[in-house]
Amino acid sequence: MNAPDLSVELGGLFLKNPVIAASGTFGYGEEFSPLIDINRLGGLVVKGISLKPRAGNSPPRVVETPCGMLNAIGLANIGLDAFIKDKLPKLLKLSTAIIVNIYGHSLPEYGELAGSLKGIPGIAALEVNISCPNVDCGGMAFGTDPDMSARVTDAVAAKADRPVIVKLSPNVTDIRVIARAVEKAGADAISLINTLTGMAVDIEKRAPVLGNVSGGLSGPAIKPVALHMVYQVARSVRIPVIGMGGIMNYRDALEFIMAGASAVQIGTANFVNPGATIDIIEGLYGYCREKRIGRLVDLVGSISLPGRGKKDLMV
Amino acid sequence: MVLHGIMDENCEVAFQREVAGGVFLLGIKSHAIAGKAAPGQFVMVRVRNSLSPLLRRPFSICGVVDGIIVLLYMVVGEGTEILSGTLPGQRISVLGPLGNGFRLPSGIKRIFLVGGGMGIAPLLFLAGRIEPGHAVFMAGYRSSEKAVPIKDLGLPCPGIQLATEDGSEGVRGLVTDLLELRIREDNIEDPVVFACGPVPMLRRVSSLCLELGIPCQISLEAHMACGLGACQGCAVPGSKDSGKVFFHVCKDGPVFDAGMISWGEL
Ligand SMILES: Cc1cc2nc3c(=O)[nH]c(=O)nc-3n(C[C@H](O)[C@H](O)[C@H](O)COP(=O)(O)OP(=O)(O)OC[C@H]3O[C@@H](n4cnc5c(N)ncnc54)[C@H](O)[C@@H]3O)c2cc1C
Ligand SMILES: Cc1cc2nc3c(=O)[nH]c(=O)nc-3n(C[C@H](O)[C@H](O)[C@H](O)COP(=O)(O)O)c2cc1C
Ligand code: FES
Repeated sequence: MNAPDLSVELGGLFLKNPVIAASGTFGYGEEFSPLIDINRLGGLVVKGISLKPRAGNSPPRVVETPCGMLNAIGLANIGLDAFIKDKLPKLLKLSTAIIVNIYGHSLPEYGELAGSLKGIPGIAALEVNISCPNVDCGGMAFGTDPDMSARVTDAVAAKADRPVIVKLSPNVTDIRVIARAVEKAGADAISLINTLTGMAVDIEKRAPVLGNVSGGLSGPAIKPVALHMVYQVARSVRIPVIGMGGIMNYRDALEFIMAGASAVQIGTANFVNPGATIDIIEGLYGYCREKRIGRLVDLVGSISLPGRGKKDLMV
Repeated sequence: MVLHGIMDENCEVAFQREVAGGVFLLGIKSHAIAGKAAPGQFVMVRVRNSLSPLLRRPFSICGVVDGIIVLLYMVVGEGTEILSGTLPGQRISVLGPLGNGFRLPSGIKRIFLVGGGMGIAPLLFLAGRIEPGHAVFMAGYRSSEKAVPIKDLGLPCPGIQLATEDGSEGVRGLVTDLLELRIREDNIEDPVVFACGPVPMLRRVSSLCLELGIPCQISLEAHMACGLGACQGCAVPGSKDSGKVFFHVCKDGPVFDAGMISWGEL
């Protein structure tokens, strides 16, 4: 049997395999280069970039919780100009899809970011963060409202000259409504989920653990929630879906793929095992070989639902 | 020391013993990491292969002996509790060496190594790299039960002066008082201070050294997720002089010049 084909196409974005390092957990790539061959990844999403540099929130910024962690980094980043000048040239030497994650505080800022990244060769796609829970202005406000989500999508899509992935917040009542809104507004693909809002209290100090009081929950603790949302969204839109949330190994990745994700992103797992992305790619190859699956795309959305009355099932 | 030669290795535990109440000395076999490690650097240890605890735990490298990395740690929570149950022959995943180490000045200096509690760990590694006779090692503890018998650890170490807050061993008082006494009264030429320990202690050491114009390097702790400079979780506030709002302990540190940190905000 030939080597299984893991390649995927996501609304014009071509990946050699469906494993992508998630924004905010992989820095600008170079941090992991002593440990793994980044060229083997399907793609890499850089830390969220804003127009101006941001120092981020007061510490403590991370705290461990049962099977997960809370972070309140506050979207600390070097800003668009420094990113283009200092980080992008090195990134573009890699032979993996470089996806630039952007976020703004206003609609025009989102548009300006997309406009500034226009024409730069080598950037494979934009991922629009409409969901970060840590910034008081903007951030959450866009991603929790279908109309605002659509307008951000439109602002970016109007300026962008490459695929636009919109990254959804799970902190909403019905994520399908947002998904449909961004699809209609011109998103080429959807990624989800960003972190779930959470909190931890220090009982000795009688104070919140995080300097920012609340933070975003990630890691295995959120996997069942993420998986269900991916399943819901994949059945509600026609554009491809990139799933994430607590994926630690190839079995987790397969759950997302079978639930409807065309690709997966790996976040918190990189902290626990810096080789997680590579292990997952190898695991997917192994699974396909063992099950004699020629193309991984055939597994996307392949779960069979309980036979009787499929239509009545709640998604 | 930049991010080069960092390794994630599944290492065999060589030894583990309790050297004081709840304080353990752990030897981990890794020629690769031990060969690259410098005093002040640290490792991220996965205490066991499970989803809980999830994140790795950071520990300073306390020494390297024959391809073995030695850690000195205190049980303070779930992760260190699990680690203390690890037996020789078992394997644990170790990521390192990480961060920037201490920078030893050239020329003959009088070196003060000031450690509070587990803060002695990176200083012990450093002590082994200093010519005998040039360093004084000052260690501070709450009481004698918590005091680590440094001489029995099997690591090279210069003259040790002990301070306990309750006076149960060594000088009664804080290790910072001991340091202040020595550098103020003995009129020592060219002193240099290296310190690691709880924040109040480091704050005192730093203000003393800044006041007296004595070069001082301190090693800081912060909650970490990656240890690699990727997550930006380990921020500490930078001083006005540093020109930075935040430093990242894992990548910019853990060793900093005392003047770089905004001690009031820490
Ligand atoms: C660079 C560096 C070097 C260190 N060197 C040593 C050493 O040589 N010996 C030693 O005994 N301890 C050292 N520490 C502290 C050690 O990392 C913590 O004691 C340990 O992580 C506690 O884990 P736990 O699960 O037992 O405690 P818990 O309180 O249950 O841990 C909960 C979470 O908080 C984090 N955490 C708790 N306390 C600290 C702390 N003080 N610093 C950073 N994260 C913390 C843990 O990593 C974990 O993610 C060092 C910390 C840093 C950052
Ligand atoms: C420390 C940290 C920083 C993050 N920063 C960003 C970010 O800048 N932009 C973004 O869109 N998502 C960010 N995320 C969210 C992740 O990309 C991902 O959506 C989330 O963590 C869920 O996946 P996981 O459970 O695999 O980590 C961050 C997550 C973590 C843990
Ligand atoms: S721990 Fe991730 S940047 Fe320092």
